[in-house]
Amino acid sequence: MFKINAERNKFVVKILSDNFSEAIVQQEVILDMLCITVTKEAINPFLLFLRDNNELKYDFLTTLCGMHYPEIDQLGVVYHLHSLTNNHYIRVKTATELSNPVLPTATNIWPSANWMERETFDFFGIQFQGHPNLVRILNVDDMTAFPLRKDFPLEDQTREDKDDSMFGR
Amino acid sequence: MAEKQNSILTPTTAAAPEGISGQGFFATSLEKAVGLARKNSLWPLPFATSCCGIEFMATMGSHYDLARFGSERLSFSPRQSDLLMVMGTVAKKMGPVLREIYIQMAEPKWVIAVGACASSGGIFDTYSVLQGIDRIIPVDVYVPGCPPRPEQIIDGIIKIQELVGNESLRRRNSAEYEALMKKYNME
Ligand code: SF4
Repeated sequence: MFKINAERNKFVVKILSDNFSEAIVQQEVILDMLCITVTKEAINPFLLFLRDNNELKYDFLTTLCGMHYPEIDQLGVVYHLHSLTNNHYIRVKTATELSNPVLPTATNIWPSANWMERETFDFFGIQFQGHPNLVRILNVDDMTAFPLRKDFPLEDQTREDKDDSMFGR
Repeated sequence: MAEKQNSILTPTTAAAPEGISGQGFFATSLEKAVGLARKNSLWPLPFATSCCGIEFMATMGSHYDLARFGSERLSFSPRQSDLLMVMGTVAKKMGPVLREIYIQMAEPKWVIAVGACASSGGIFDTYSVLQGIDRIIPVDVYVPGCPPRPEQIIDGIIKIQELVGNESLRRRNSAEYEALMKKYNME
Protein backbone atom coordinates (compact mmCIF):
# COMPACT_ATOMS: atom_id res chain seq x y z
CA MET A 1 0.00 0.00 0.00
CA PHE A 2 1.07 3.54 -0.59
CA LYS A 3 1.61 5.98 2.20
CA ILE A 4 -1.44 8.20 2.54
CA ASN A 5 -0.61 11.79 1.84
CA ALA A 6 -3.68 13.47 3.30
CA GLU A 7 -2.44 16.96 2.59
CA ARG A 8 -1.78 16.24 -1.02
CA ASN A 9 -5.19 14.54 -1.30
CA LYS A 10 -6.88 17.64 0.07
CA PHE A 11 -4.93 19.86 -2.29
CA VAL A 12 -5.88 17.76 -5.32
CA VAL A 13 -9.53 17.63 -4.31
CA LYS A 14 -9.58 21.42 -3.95
CA ILE A 15 -8.17 22.03 -7.42
CA LEU A 16 -10.57 19.53 -8.95
CA SER A 17 -13.68 20.79 -7.20
CA ASP A 18 -12.76 24.35 -8.17
CA ASN A 19 -12.69 23.37 -11.82
CA PHE A 20 -15.19 20.51 -12.08
CA SER A 21 -17.71 21.05 -9.30
CA GLU A 22 -20.61 19.95 -11.53
CA ALA A 23 -18.98 16.84 -12.89
CA ILE A 24 -17.77 15.26 -9.66
CA VAL A 25 -20.33 12.79 -8.38
CA GLN A 26 -18.41 11.47 -5.43
CA GLN A 27 -15.00 11.70 -3.84
CA GLU A 28 -13.62 9.43 -1.17
CA VAL A 29 -10.41 7.85 0.06
CA ILE A 30 -10.58 4.08 -0.24
CA LEU A 31 -7.80 2.39 1.71
CA ASP A 32 -4.85 4.38 0.50
CA MET A 33 -6.00 6.08 -2.64
CA LEU A 34 -7.99 9.12 -3.50
CA CYS A 35 -10.94 8.05 -5.60
CA ILE A 36 -13.08 10.41 -7.65
CA THR A 37 -16.23 9.53 -9.55
CA VAL A 38 -17.23 11.81 -12.42
CA THR A 39 -20.09 11.85 -14.90
CA LYS A 40 -19.40 10.28 -18.26
CA GLU A 41 -19.98 13.57 -20.11
CA ALA A 42 -17.08 15.15 -18.26
CA ILE A 43 -14.68 12.25 -18.23
CA ASN A 44 -12.59 13.27 -21.21
CA PRO A 45 -11.95 16.92 -20.23
CA PHE A 46 -11.47 15.75 -16.65
CA LEU A 47 -8.72 13.30 -17.60
CA LEU A 48 -7.11 15.86 -19.88
CA PHE A 49 -7.10 18.37 -17.03
CA LEU A 50 -5.49 15.82 -14.70
CA ARG A 51 -2.72 15.28 -17.20
CA ASP A 52 -2.11 18.87 -18.22
CA ASN A 53 -2.70 20.95 -15.12
CA ASN A 54 0.62 22.26 -13.87
CA GLU A 55 -0.06 21.44 -10.24
CA LEU A 56 -1.35 17.92 -10.90
CA LYS A 57 0.54 16.39 -13.84
CA TYR A 58 -0.92 12.88 -13.82
CA ASP A 59 1.20 11.94 -16.78
CA PHE A 60 1.11 8.18 -16.37
CA LEU A 61 -1.91 5.93 -16.89
CA THR A 62 -1.12 2.96 -14.65
CA THR A 63 -4.11 0.90 -15.62
CA LEU A 64 -7.66 1.04 -16.85
CA CYS A 65 -10.35 -1.60 -16.62
CA GLY A 66 -14.07 -2.23 -16.75
CA MET A 67 -16.65 -2.90 -14.05
CA HIS A 68 -20.18 -4.26 -14.14
CA TYR A 69 -22.88 -3.39 -11.61
CA PRO A 70 -25.77 -5.75 -12.38
CA GLU A 71 -28.08 -4.31 -9.68
CA ILE A 72 -28.18 -0.88 -11.27
CA ASP A 73 -27.64 -1.98 -14.89
CA GLN A 74 -24.46 0.01 -15.28
CA LEU A 75 -21.03 -0.56 -16.70
CA GLY A 76 -18.11 1.44 -15.44
CA VAL A 77 -14.50 2.16 -16.15
CA VAL A 78 -11.82 2.86 -13.58
CA TYR A 79 -8.60 4.70 -14.41
CA HIS A 80 -5.56 4.53 -12.16
CA LEU A 81 -3.31 7.52 -12.67
CA HIS A 82 0.12 8.29 -11.34
CA SER A 83 1.88 11.60 -11.27
CA LEU A 84 5.54 10.79 -11.64
CA THR A 85 6.50 14.38 -10.85
CA ASN A 86 4.48 14.60 -7.65
CA ASN A 87 4.55 10.90 -6.77
CA HIS A 88 0.83 10.82 -6.19
CA TYR A 89 -1.80 8.32 -7.21
CA ILE A 90 -5.44 8.87 -8.00
CA ARG A 91 -8.29 6.65 -9.08
CA VAL A 92 -10.97 8.02 -11.40
CA LYS A 93 -14.25 6.23 -12.02
CA THR A 94 -17.07 6.79 -14.41
CA ALA A 95 -20.18 4.85 -15.36
CA THR A 96 -22.45 4.34 -18.33
CA GLU A 97 -25.75 2.53 -18.89
CA LEU A 98 -25.71 -1.15 -19.78
CA SER A 99 -28.18 -0.57 -22.60
CA ASN A 100 -25.92 1.89 -24.40
CA PRO A 101 -22.38 1.46 -23.10
CA VAL A 102 -20.53 4.25 -24.84
CA LEU A 103 -17.64 6.24 -23.38
CA PRO A 104 -15.08 8.54 -24.96
CA THR A 105 -11.65 7.03 -25.54
CA ALA A 106 -8.64 8.04 -23.50
CA THR A 107 -6.21 7.16 -26.27
CA ASN A 108 -5.99 10.82 -27.26
CA ILE A 109 -4.70 11.60 -23.76
CA TRP A 110 -2.50 8.58 -23.03
CA PRO A 111 -1.72 6.41 -26.09
CA SER A 112 -1.10 3.51 -23.69
CA ALA A 113 -4.87 3.32 -23.17
CA ASN A 114 -5.15 1.64 -26.56
CA TRP A 115 -4.78 -2.03 -25.59
CA MET A 116 -6.39 -1.56 -22.19
CA GLU A 117 -9.52 -0.16 -23.82
CA ARG A 118 -9.51 -3.03 -26.29
CA GLU A 119 -9.39 -5.42 -23.35
CA THR A 120 -12.22 -3.58 -21.61
CA PHE A 121 -14.24 -3.75 -24.80
CA ASP A 122 -13.40 -7.43 -25.16
CA PHE A 123 -14.57 -8.38 -21.68
CA PHE A 124 -17.29 -5.84 -20.89
CA GLY A 125 -18.50 -4.60 -24.27
CA ILE A 126 -17.88 -0.94 -23.53
CA GLN A 127 -17.63 1.04 -26.76
CA PHE A 128 -14.86 3.62 -26.63
CA GLN A 129 -15.74 6.33 -29.07
CA GLY A 130 -12.75 7.57 -31.03
CA HIS A 131 -10.60 4.50 -30.38
CA PRO A 132 -8.43 3.82 -33.45
CA ASN A 133 -8.93 0.04 -33.53
CA LEU A 134 -11.58 -1.25 -31.17
CA VAL A 135 -11.49 -5.02 -31.78
CA ARG A 136 -11.13 -7.98 -29.45
CA ILE A 137 -7.65 -8.49 -28.08
CA LEU A 138 -7.62 -11.54 -25.79
CA ASN A 139 -10.64 -13.67 -26.64
CA VAL A 140 -11.26 -15.55 -29.85
CA ASP A 141 -12.29 -13.20 -32.64
CA ASP A 142 -15.65 -14.87 -33.28
CA MET A 143 -16.82 -14.60 -29.68
CA THR A 144 -20.13 -12.79 -29.36
CA ALA A 145 -20.47 -12.50 -25.57
CA PHE A 146 -18.68 -10.28 -23.08
CA PRO A 147 -17.40 -12.80 -20.57
CA LEU A 148 -16.64 -10.62 -17.55
CA ARG A 149 -20.17 -9.30 -17.27
CA LYS A 150 -21.71 -10.85 -14.19
CA ASP A 151 -24.54 -12.50 -16.09
CA PHE A 152 -22.13 -14.50 -18.22
CA PRO A 153 -21.84 -18.11 -17.01
CA LEU A 154 -18.24 -18.92 -16.14
CA GLU A 155 -18.33 -22.60 -17.11
CA ASP A 156 -17.95 -23.71 -20.67
CA GLN A 157 -21.50 -24.28 -21.90
CA THR A 158 -20.66 -27.03 -24.37
CA ARG A 159 -19.78 -29.72 -21.83
CA GLU A 160 -22.26 -32.56 -21.48
CA ASP A 161 -20.32 -34.93 -19.27
CA LYS A 162 -20.58 -33.03 -15.99
CA ASP A 163 -23.28 -33.63 -13.41
CA ASP A 164 -24.91 -30.25 -13.01
CA SER A 165 -25.98 -30.86 -9.43
CA MET A 166 -22.33 -31.33 -8.45
CA PHE A 167 -21.03 -28.27 -10.28
CA GLY A 168 -23.65 -25.70 -9.37
CA ARG A 169 -24.85 -24.94 -12.86
CA MET B 1 27.03 -57.88 -10.69
CA ALA B 2 23.33 -57.95 -9.91
CA GLU B 3 21.16 -58.85 -12.82
CA LYS B 4 19.28 -55.96 -14.34
CA GLN B 5 15.60 -55.79 -13.51
CA ASN B 6 13.36 -55.73 -16.51
CA SER B 7 11.19 -52.80 -15.41
CA ILE B 8 9.84 -49.69 -17.00
CA LEU B 9 12.96 -47.77 -16.01
CA THR B 10 15.45 -50.25 -17.46
CA PRO B 11 14.22 -51.21 -20.91
CA THR B 12 15.93 -54.03 -22.67
CA THR B 13 16.50 -54.10 -26.39
CA ALA B 14 13.37 -54.31 -28.50
CA ALA B 15 11.99 -57.81 -28.79
CA ALA B 16 11.98 -59.33 -32.25
CA PRO B 17 8.56 -59.70 -33.84
CA GLU B 18 7.03 -63.06 -34.65
CA GLY B 19 8.74 -64.79 -37.52
CA ILE B 20 10.64 -67.80 -38.69
CA SER B 21 14.22 -68.00 -37.70
CA GLY B 22 16.91 -70.48 -38.48
CA GLN B 23 20.64 -70.54 -38.67
CA GLY B 24 21.76 -67.20 -40.05
CA PHE B 25 18.36 -65.90 -41.14
CA PHE B 26 15.18 -64.44 -39.78
CA ALA B 27 12.03 -63.95 -41.79
CA THR B 28 8.99 -61.91 -40.84
CA SER B 29 6.40 -59.85 -42.63
CA LEU B 30 7.30 -56.39 -43.93
CA GLU B 31 4.53 -54.91 -41.83
CA LYS B 32 6.01 -56.24 -38.63
CA ALA B 33 9.52 -55.15 -39.54
CA VAL B 34 8.38 -51.63 -40.36
CA GLY B 35 6.23 -51.52 -37.23
CA LEU B 36 9.27 -52.49 -35.17
CA ALA B 37 11.35 -49.76 -36.74
CA ARG B 38 8.69 -47.11 -36.40
CA LYS B 39 7.80 -47.81 -32.83
CA ASN B 40 11.38 -47.65 -31.64
CA SER B 41 12.28 -44.44 -33.38
CA LEU B 42 9.39 -42.08 -32.66
CA TRP B 43 10.18 -38.42 -33.16
CA PRO B 44 7.94 -36.52 -30.79
CA LEU B 45 6.86 -32.95 -31.27
CA PRO B 46 6.36 -31.47 -27.79
CA PHE B 47 3.48 -29.02 -27.74
CA ALA B 48 3.93 -27.90 -24.15
CA THR B 49 1.70 -25.02 -23.15
CA SER B 50 1.76 -25.11 -19.36
CA CYS B 51 2.58 -27.05 -16.20
CA CYS B 52 2.40 -30.51 -17.80
CA GLY B 53 5.19 -29.37 -20.08
CA ILE B 54 7.41 -29.02 -17.02
CA GLU B 55 6.75 -32.64 -16.23
CA PHE B 56 7.73 -33.52 -19.76
CA MET B 57 11.06 -31.76 -19.25
CA ALA B 58 11.69 -34.13 -16.34
CA THR B 59 10.67 -37.02 -18.59
CA MET B 60 13.19 -35.91 -21.19
CA GLY B 61 15.89 -35.28 -18.58
CA SER B 62 18.61 -37.66 -17.50
CA HIS B 63 16.71 -39.34 -14.69
CA TYR B 64 13.75 -40.64 -16.68
CA ASP B 65 15.31 -40.17 -20.09
CA LEU B 66 12.72 -40.76 -22.75
CA ALA B 67 15.59 -41.28 -25.19
CA ARG B 68 15.91 -44.84 -23.93
CA PHE B 69 12.68 -45.61 -25.77
CA GLY B 70 13.94 -44.46 -29.13
CA SER B 71 12.73 -40.88 -28.83
CA GLU B 72 16.11 -39.29 -28.54
CA ARG B 73 15.40 -36.59 -31.01
CA LEU B 74 12.61 -34.17 -30.34
CA SER B 75 11.41 -32.46 -33.42
CA PHE B 76 10.32 -28.88 -33.31
CA SER B 77 9.07 -28.97 -36.86
CA PRO B 78 5.73 -30.69 -37.37
CA ARG B 79 6.88 -31.87 -40.80
CA GLN B 80 9.62 -34.00 -39.29
CA SER B 81 7.79 -35.62 -36.42
CA ASP B 82 5.37 -38.46 -36.04
CA LEU B 83 4.13 -38.12 -32.48
CA LEU B 84 2.35 -34.97 -31.36
CA MET B 85 2.56 -34.66 -27.59
CA VAL B 86 0.07 -32.11 -26.33
CA MET B 87 0.94 -31.25 -22.76
CA GLY B 88 -0.93 -28.49 -21.02
CA THR B 89 -3.92 -26.22 -21.16
CA VAL B 90 -4.98 -25.28 -24.67
CA ALA B 91 -6.84 -21.99 -24.83
CA LYS B 92 -9.56 -21.72 -27.46
CA LYS B 93 -7.47 -19.14 -29.25
CA MET B 94 -4.67 -21.70 -29.49
CA GLY B 95 -7.00 -24.31 -30.98
CA PRO B 96 -6.55 -23.36 -34.66
CA VAL B 97 -2.75 -23.34 -34.18
CA LEU B 98 -2.80 -26.85 -32.76
CA ARG B 99 -5.00 -28.03 -35.58
CA GLU B 100 -2.69 -26.49 -38.15
CA ILE B 101 0.30 -28.25 -36.57
CA TYR B 102 -1.52 -31.58 -36.70
CA ILE B 103 -2.41 -31.06 -40.35
CA GLN B 104 1.18 -30.18 -41.21
CA MET B 105 2.54 -33.41 -39.74
CA ALA B 106 3.33 -36.05 -42.31
CA GLU B 107 1.73 -39.47 -42.17
CA PRO B 108 2.02 -41.66 -40.25
CA LYS B 109 1.26 -39.61 -37.15
CA TRP B 110 -0.03 -40.21 -33.66
CA VAL B 111 -1.25 -37.93 -30.89
CA ILE B 112 -0.91 -38.25 -27.13
CA ALA B 113 -2.85 -35.97 -24.80
CA VAL B 114 -0.87 -35.55 -21.59
CA GLY B 115 -2.68 -34.37 -18.48
CA ALA B 116 -6.21 -33.48 -17.54
CA CYS B 117 -6.17 -30.18 -19.44
CA ALA B 118 -5.25 -31.63 -22.81
CA SER B 119 -7.62 -34.55 -22.28
CA SER B 120 -10.71 -32.74 -21.04
CA GLY B 121 -9.99 -29.14 -20.12
CA GLY B 122 -9.09 -30.25 -16.60
CA ILE B 123 -9.86 -27.80 -13.85
CA PHE B 124 -10.37 -25.04 -16.38
CA ASP B 125 -14.05 -25.47 -17.05
CA THR B 126 -14.32 -21.98 -18.47
CA TYR B 127 -15.23 -20.08 -21.60
CA SER B 128 -11.66 -19.49 -22.69
CA VAL B 129 -10.24 -23.01 -22.53
CA LEU B 130 -10.66 -25.79 -25.06
CA GLN B 131 -12.44 -28.64 -23.27
CA GLY B 132 -10.11 -31.37 -24.49
CA ILE B 133 -8.02 -31.41 -27.64
CA ASP B 134 -10.10 -34.26 -29.06
CA ARG B 135 -12.60 -31.58 -30.01
CA ILE B 136 -10.31 -30.48 -32.81
CA ILE B 137 -7.85 -33.31 -33.50
CA PRO B 138 -8.04 -37.11 -33.07
CA VAL B 139 -6.18 -38.48 -30.03
CA ASP B 140 -4.63 -41.94 -29.72
CA VAL B 141 -3.64 -42.08 -26.06
CA TYR B 142 -4.76 -40.04 -23.04
CA VAL B 143 -2.55 -39.73 -19.98
CA PRO B 144 -4.56 -38.72 -16.90
CA GLY B 145 -3.15 -36.70 -14.02
CA CYS B 146 -2.66 -33.11 -13.02
CA PRO B 147 0.17 -33.25 -13.80
CA PRO B 148 0.99 -36.88 -14.57
CA ARG B 149 4.29 -38.12 -13.23
CA PRO B 150 7.06 -38.84 -15.74
CA GLU B 151 6.41 -42.56 -15.23
CA GLN B 152 2.86 -42.03 -16.44
CA ILE B 153 4.03 -40.11 -19.48
CA ILE B 154 6.46 -42.93 -20.27
CA ASP B 155 3.61 -45.38 -19.82
CA GLY B 156 1.61 -43.36 -22.35
CA ILE B 157 4.51 -43.43 -24.79
CA ILE B 158 4.76 -47.19 -24.40
CA LYS B 159 1.02 -47.46 -25.16
CA ILE B 160 1.65 -45.39 -28.28
CA GLN B 161 4.51 -47.71 -29.20
CA GLU B 162 2.20 -50.70 -28.88
CA LEU B 163 -0.22 -49.00 -31.25
CA VAL B 164 2.52 -48.08 -33.70
CA GLY B 165 4.05 -51.54 -33.68
CA ASN B 166 0.81 -53.40 -34.17
CA GLU B 167 -1.12 -51.33 -36.60
CA SER B 168 -1.25 -52.04 -40.27
CA LEU B 169 1.12 -50.17 -42.56
CA ARG B 170 -1.80 -48.82 -44.48
CA ARG B 171 -3.97 -47.74 -41.59
CA ARG B 172 -4.38 -44.36 -43.26
CA ASN B 173 -6.22 -45.96 -46.14
CA SER B 174 -8.74 -47.78 -43.99
CA ALA B 175 -12.38 -46.75 -44.12
CA GLU B 176 -12.35 -46.29 -40.36
CA TYR B 177 -9.51 -43.78 -40.52
CA GLU B 178 -11.08 -41.89 -43.36
CA ALA B 179 -14.32 -41.60 -41.43
CA LEU B 180 -12.36 -40.30 -38.46
CA MET B 181 -10.68 -37.63 -40.56
CA LYS B 182 -14.00 -36.65 -42.04
CA LYS B 183 -15.38 -36.24 -38.53
CA TYR B 184 -12.68 -33.66 -37.89
CA ASN B 185 -13.13 -32.00 -41.29
CA MET B 186 -9.69 -33.02 -42.46
CA GLU B 187 -8.71 -34.71 -45.67
S1 SF4 C 1 -3.42 -31.01 -16.23
FE1 SF4 C 1 -2.80 -29.90 -14.39
S2 SF4 C 1 -0.58 -29.87 -14.50
FE2 SF4 C 1 -1.33 -30.36 -16.55
S3 SF4 C 1 -1.46 -28.43 -17.64
FE3 SF4 C 1 -3.45 -28.82 -16.71
S4 SF4 C 1 -3.39 -27.78 -14.74
FE4 SF4 C 1 -1.28 -27.98 -15.46
